[in-house]
Amino acid sequence: MSELALAEATRRPAPRPAIVDAAADVTTMIGRSLRLSLRSVDGMITALALPIMLMLMFVYLFGGALRTGIAYVDYVVPGVLLVCAGFGAATTAVTVSSDLTTGVIDRFRSMDVSGAALITGHVVASVARNLVSTALVVAVALAIGFRPSAGVSGWLAAVGVLALFVLALSWLSATIGIIAGSPEAANGFTFFVSFLAYPSSAFVPIDTMPSWLRGFARDQPVNTVVETTRATLTGGPVGSVAWHAVLWSLGIIAASVSASGVLFNRRG
Amino acid sequence: MTTDLAIEAVGLAKSYGSTSVLDHFDLRVPRGGVFALLGPNGAGKTTTVRILATLTRADAGRIRVAGHDVGTQRREVRRRISLTGQYAALDEAQTGEENLRMMGRLLHLAPRLARRRAAELLERFDLTDAGRRRVETYSGGMRRRLDLAAGLVGEPEIIFLDEPTTGLDPRSRAAMWEIVAELATGGRTVFLTTQYLDEADRLADRIAVVDGGRVVADGTAAQLKEQVGGRRLDVALAATAGPEAFATVVRRLGPRAVTADPARRTVGIATDGTAAHVRALLDEIDAGRDRVAHFDVHTTTLDDVFLALTARPAPAEVRPIATENPIATEKRSEHV
Repeated sequence: MSELALAEATRRPAPRPAIVDAAADVTTMIGRSLRLSLRSVDGMITALALPIMLMLMFVYLFGGALRTGIAYVDYVVPGVLLVCAGFGAATTAVTVSSDLTTGVIDRFRSMDVSGAALITGHVVASVARNLVSTALVVAVALAIGFRPSAGVSGWLAAVGVLALFVLALSWLSATIGIIAGSPEAANGFTFFVSFLAYPSSAFVPIDTMPSWLRGFARDQPVNTVVETTRATLTGGPVGSVAWHAVLWSLGIIAASVSASGVLFNRRG
Repeated sequence: MTTDLAIEAVGLAKSYGSTSVLDHFDLRVPRGGVFALLGPNGAGKTTTVRILATLTRADAGRIRVAGHDVGTQRREVRRRISLTGQYAALDEAQTGEENLRMMGRLLHLAPRLARRRAAELLERFDLTDAGRRRVETYSGGMRRRLDLAAGLVGEPEIIFLDEPTTGLDPRSRAAMWEIVAELATGGRTVFLTTQYLDEADRLADRIAVVDGGRVVADGTAAQLKEQVGGRRLDVALAATAGPEAFATVVRRLGPRAVTADPARRTVGIATDGTAAHVRALLDEIDAGRDRVAHFDVHTTTLDDVFLALTARPAPAEVRPIATENPIATEKRSEHV
């Protein structure tokens, strides 16, 4: 390869508007994160197998002992969907944190790739991973007797609320991943998020909980999303809780997007 | 501001907490050729590279890289440089080709051009066959080559290489040297850090020796060697002279002793190699003419320079030996 040919091929293209370049970077980074996700075999197995095991455990091991007014499988599937989505999204903290410990980030920085592009790549890959695992959980749930009464609009609403929440949690997790000193520390966050599903109506009705806990359990973000998903799928009254779910998600997204930008630039 | 400098840093300072890494660090790197920053571990080499490559902000100092201010014109600087660090900056789970194409896309080359550029670089670095394999299957030498290729996807004016051969086996190291020498053509500047003297000696047109966070000497390899005297006199004391006698000799020589090996009772002293100077030194060391067993005069290596400039007899702050060396001062004045 002659020097001349190299030089000819590498003339930088004429400057485009910054927004076009930024959008191109985001696309490139989404492609990167999706490819890396697909190739992380153990990551994919965890993302797919764990939710299904969790659901089977609740339905068959605990389901017999729990009285919820409706068939437990119908009661618990929305909760399981959320736990899975929450767990899957929270692992973004680990992927971002370990990504930041690799040398490739320095190269991105020195190439002027923005933190926003990098994080967006991780977040979009996370949402894609979770949509796949959610679809799988729903398929297995239908196979073991989950019979939702929702029509097309109900399903769309449920998927929309879940996807929005996954997006919010993924972005929050990415932000945590930037702050965390190590992937191990980031991993702790995954447990915290998974834990939030327990003081909620995901597995047992809230009125069976001690009274001092009920207020928190009812208003915390995970519960609002669980209730909305359950109501849209089982045809129950949706009410204002859906708005709470959407507002929580949008709030978390807004806070995380701005915080992650600042934190990424400050790090390193 | 002069335009014949690729890099100019004046009064650079950086500390982490209360630990000062760089202090009063001045550097001028001419455009074109290979420039080596030579120093022991912990001398501040990596911090310097990170600051020059816009990854870390300096606490103080004025720095221009490729004609632009690193503090206020980061984007302009970033467009003109590439950095290849100590650890391969690549995605392990992507293939070599995918990594290079990704870099092309991030430089906003059209997809077709990015693909062509990746193929060219793979060929140039003898990685065409490996291009379709994931990086995790590569050997250390292949990784470094791919890493270097990734830094060349754009057309950088200045290529920063942070310890490009650390951890490589001798054959990969020799291959890397060839590549580096080739890079510094067509007006491009290669700025590399190294702790290996032979690497600097072999590759660099100019060398700056860094120690304790500041540049203690710079110039061509030949100039540096002359700073500690063109030659070195190695004097071995007789076995009858005990360790105390040896210590006394070394102490009396002070900073002129560039090496001291108590086990072999040998001390190395900078000299211009003239009979008069060698005789004077021998008389000074051994007035009674019964202590010196044998001596040896040889051409100074970069090793001697390095030891002379970075050796620290005591943890207290010590001036670089060269500046106090009468021969060095004399020699240097000839050059100025």
